[in-house]
Amino acid sequence: MSLAIDILSGICLFTGAVLMIISALGVIRLPDLFTRLHGASIADTGGAFLLLIGMVLQADTFLVAIKLGLIGIVLFFTAPTASHAVAHAALIGGLSPDDPKANQGKDEAEEDRT
Amino acid sequence: MFSLVTFLVVIAMAMTLIRAVRGPTPYDRILAVNVHGTMTVLLIALAGFLTDRPDFLDLSLAYALLNFVGTLAALKFFKHGHLGEES
Repeated sequence: MSLAIDILSGICLFTGAVLMIISALGVIRLPDLFTRLHGASIADTGGAFLLLIGMVLQADTFLVAIKLGLIGIVLFFTAPTASHAVAHAALIGGLSPDDPKANQGKDEAEEDRT
Repeated sequence: MFSLVTFLVVIAMAMTLIRAVRGPTPYDRILAVNVHGTMTVLLIALAGFLTDRPDFLDLSLAYALLNFVGTLAALKFFKHGHLGEES
């Protein structure tokens, strides 16, 4: 029984870590802010929750599992809110979801203004 | 197992920092720092399991709350130019 739990938790932890790498690759490689948000949300949902499930399976005491569950609840509510806030601020700030090429030139304009 | 997973998460955090340094618009930087903060929360929890000190989970919880408030504050300051005082 203990071996089965160890294997299950190992699979969850490794999958979560690989999803973190994939999410970071998406944040680096995707062409535009709105597509990068898609890459970032992989870390917030899949990666974080798989890692937390893997750690809950390894928890010694009940209190540790409760704390991990609290971290999961906090991430569950705050991560989509933060993603929405970034997308909304970018939309108001003048970035267009339609053509990624046009957004690359915003940098110099912002730098000049500040 | 925990050491390998911690190593992979550290690599992912370093990769998001690349976008935070390069990223053309300020929103890209805020997004990258937000993802970096989410990964920091999990890294602290993993470090607690790695060194057998479950107290680290409290720090991790505090980081999760601070990361959210910090992202929203940075976005609000960038959007309005102030944090809400009378203009």
